[in-house]
Amino acid sequence: MPELSIDGHALRVAQGTTLAAALALGGTGCSRTSVSGQRRAPLCGMGICQECRVTVDGQRRLACQTLCRDGMRVETQP
Amino acid sequence: MNAHVDLLIIGAGPAGMAAALAAANADVKIAILDDNPLPGGQIWRDGPQASIPAKASDLRQQIQDTPNIQLYSGTKVIARAKAKQLLVEDAERGWLISYSTLILCTGARELLLPFPGWTLPGVTGAGGLQALIKGGLPVQDERIVISGSGPLLLASAATAKANGAQIPRIAEQASWAQVMGFAARLGQWPNKALQAFGLFDTHYRAGSHVIAALGQDRVEGVRLQTAKGIEEVACDRLACGFGLVPNVELGRALGYDVHQGALTVDQWQASPLADHYAAGECTGFGGSELALVEGRIAGFAAVGLQSQAQALWPERQRWQRFADQLQKTFALDPAIRQLASPDTLVCRCEDVAFSALAMQPDWKQAKLATRCGMGACQGKICSTATQTLFGWEPPMPRPPFSPARVSTLIHLEESQ
Repeated sequence: MPELSIDGHALRVAQGTTLAAALALGGTGCSRTSVSGQRRAPLCGMGICQECRVTVDGQRRLACQTLCRDGMRVETQP
Repeated sequence: MNAHVDLLIIGAGPAGMAAALAAANADVKIAILDDNPLPGGQIWRDGPQASIPAKASDLRQQIQDTPNIQLYSGTKVIARAKAKQLLVEDAERGWLISYSTLILCTGARELLLPFPGWTLPGVTGAGGLQALIKGGLPVQDERIVISGSGPLLLASAATAKANGAQIPRIAEQASWAQVMGFAARLGQWPNKALQAFGLFDTHYRAGSHVIAALGQDRVEGVRLQTAKGIEEVACDRLACGFGLVPNVELGRALGYDVHQGALTVDQWQASPLADHYAAGECTGFGGSELALVEGRIAGFAAVGLQSQAQALWPERQRWQRFADQLQKTFALDPAIRQLASPDTLVCRCEDVAFSALAMQPDWKQAKLATRCGMGACQGKICSTATQTLFGWEPPMPRPPFSPARVSTLIHLEESQ
């Protein structure tokens, strides 16, 4: 079971869990704040809409197409 | 680690896997690129809360066991570097891959249309919800309303229920007459009839559609238009998808023809562009059975096994008739185009409201005046929406086709 951190909070998830699911398991499920200040969460679930983009170990990644791995440091956009 | 392969396949869903396995009968080097972590496409998405059919695991195993097929998962196409060469990127690196023959199996995405409240957290696509649940999204004891159009609504509801959710309402925009007419004809495709009855849900209502998602910080309810009037249903999630849209962007950028929103192919699944084929939902949606047979035809034809390809034409025709029925049944009610209110955001990346777009004559003017389509998704969501709402022709895709790292783009220099 991989253990990762999301915005500094540790979270252990089942093997094969996507980061999009982990956002909901570890908090509100939100990934970012839009240009006009709205909170957003994954929409399309399949790598098209880019709503679920987060920073993983310093790189921008789509949460819905990224599997959780041990030691990942994930930051959402506040 | 730039590479050359004889046959490159983009997409490892049913069509892509079937194409690779058919082509592997010839002595050719094959690569499959797929942007998801695991092969299977959308329909056979695997995960901690998914159960994939035996057919899918069997194909996956065969791909793994076939020495002349190399699968690159988590890999996106970023640009066309030059003729028969693509720039691609995965989580670690970017690289160039060239090919002698290409088969596009890029699948389809959901038609997501704007309505008041659709940007609230907790609102997803219908297939989107299913994908998220399969990937481990917890929905135990949540109330989930599913709306939109097409057989995907029932499939999404079944996945949600299997993972402990309650489904107070499934709202299908097509009329009861359309849906029942479709059901009556399903006997021609017995396995599809069994699937449909297995998925049927007593909370299903035809002739119903979403008017608004309600809530402050996240969705708390949904307002629906039903045959009997307006209904409000409290919910923890709303999953809404109005059907499927073929992913034609890469094909268009490579010079494929597009007709009625799908890539144009002939009876060999070949495009008018020499050595470039396409199969599956990117050539028009029709379900996994059609995608599988199209993939096999493309795979055989691409490596010169014409007689094996031709032997599959009758099977393709049978599933094509099913696809035609689907399209007719779930054609969009014009009311669906009127859901957005003036302040509803249409472009979710740049937060551009309906009222700012309604006065524009076309996509290009809208983009110049409002930044619509200039955000991270590069207009994939809003150009599809504005095509449906205003009839605007979607833009010609420009590289990078997905957000990419500069360290990836630098590889373009090596192709010169």
